[in-house]
Amino acid sequence: MGAAARTQPLVSEGVGIALRGLGKRFGTLDVLRDIDLDIPAGQFVAIVGRSGCGKSTLLRILAGLDQPSSGEVAFSEPGSPPRIMFQEPRLLPWARVIANVEVGLGRQGRTPEGRLRAEQALHAVGLDAKSGEWPAVLSGGQKQRVALARALVSRPRFLALDEPLGALDALTRIEMQSLLEQVWLDQGFTAVLVTHDVSEALTLADRVIMIEDGQVSLDIAVDLPRPRRRGLAEIAALEEHILSRLIHRT
Amino acid sequence: MSDTALTRPARAFRPGIQLGLGDIGAGLLASAATPWVLPVLLLVLWQVLTQTGFITDDSFPSPSAVARAGWRLTLSGELERNIAVSFCRAMSGFVVGGAIGLTLGLANGLSLLSARLTDTTLQMVRNIPHLSLIPLVILWFGIDEDAKLFLTSFGVFFPIYINTFHGVRTVDPHLVEMGRSYGMSRWELFSRVVLPGALPSIFVGVRFALGVMWLTLIVSETIAANSGIGYMAMQAREFMQTDVVVLAILIYALLGKTADSVVRGIERLTLSWHPAFRKVAA
Repeated sequence: MGAAARTQPLVSEGVGIALRGLGKRFGTLDVLRDIDLDIPAGQFVAIVGRSGCGKSTLLRILAGLDQPSSGEVAFSEPGSPPRIMFQEPRLLPWARVIANVEVGLGRQGRTPEGRLRAEQALHAVGLDAKSGEWPAVLSGGQKQRVALARALVSRPRFLALDEPLGALDALTRIEMQSLLEQVWLDQGFTAVLVTHDVSEALTLADRVIMIEDGQVSLDIAVDLPRPRRRGLAEIAALEEHILSRLIHRT
Repeated sequence: MSDTALTRPARAFRPGIQLGLGDIGAGLLASAATPWVLPVLLLVLWQVLTQTGFITDDSFPSPSAVARAGWRLTLSGELERNIAVSFCRAMSGFVVGGAIGLTLGLANGLSLLSARLTDTTLQMVRNIPHLSLIPLVILWFGIDEDAKLFLTSFGVFFPIYINTFHGVRTVDPHLVEMGRSYGMSRWELFSRVVLPGALPSIFVGVRFALGVMWLTLIVSETIAANSGIGYMAMQAREFMQTDVVVLAILIYALLGKTADSVVRGIERLTLSWHPAFRKVAA
């Protein structure tokens, strides 16, 4: 594994994201208030927070699924559509695995070239052998890997991850984490991961942001070499620090 | 609301998880002839009962008498003609009613405005037993083809409408959101997400509709027609030809079974992705 020694993507193909005075309200409830945030191109950011803190809302706005009530989101290079991975795989049950990956290519999906790219994306997640299967026969982890291939096949410059590993068992989860890290290192997109698993955030991210009461309450850089081993002292210390903040404020 | 009760494909059961049946049970499960064992046994029992005089031939003819009647009518060409007429009526009613039901079901499933405008009215009309319209229909159309077409379309319309509507409405909103976020156009969303998602439910509607279709056709042919299987049966009644009456009933059973098998075949082809339609023997 030549890439194992790498700690940052070789080339950054990511897009920088700037949030200015971003707010979101549902009825009378302010979910997000006046958020200013700069995410440099190619950074891997994890957003943590308690349930209902607004972290998913923030991600949905970044991914273009929701519109902010106030403020704005600016991308350094507009034009490349963001991709999102959801907590559920959301595969079309009536389409073969390969066709599901082709969904990620949009209109070029049904061309010979699109087929080739979809096959490459499936190969990258280690599922070439399943290309002709129905999604129903795959395991939860395999489905999520197909969803990852679908998200990556169009070579996005920004990938939003909404707790994509939340429903997986512990072992599959660890495998998926290293797969995510690997494709991020290879492709150099900007990644924003929402999770409530602090150790997952610290394993993967360059930077961990905590959202509380609709605002950024913590923003720390995780400057540790990759791949990060489980149980590393620095990670444990950071995890303790973040968790104590999370738990303290009940 | 019996039409909506069966929202899942009716074949969702798996014979694999039954009680321990032993070798004979396993053999019966595997054989393609198994579903026909019971009908054949009934046929034999029927023949025996009529031949021993337990049932008199006047009230209920023996299977061989029915077969002879069938042969006689086939030779005269009467049977084929009547079957063809009934079949065409059934199909045209099914196509007209089904097309309207499918269109309105899709429209109301996709558009809230359309549903608000029409659904209440349709639900009110649905609660009219369509056979109660027969006197009115005879006044309007006489006993022409229009009358049968109207009644069968009317009967076929509702199961297809309701199940299409239900199917479109219950398509996983997560999948629709996924499609949107991947930049699918409205047409792609419809053809790749909504329609395939609604298909299992639409098929339930189609199978219900087939049942209603035959029922309506039988009733309207026995009451107001001058051709068709139902008419043939009513004519035979006038001449006390019980064998022809029973023949007509059997033909309805066979036609109904054939139509259902065809739909099941289409279901298997188009829903092969669905776990419930995978090979059950596996």
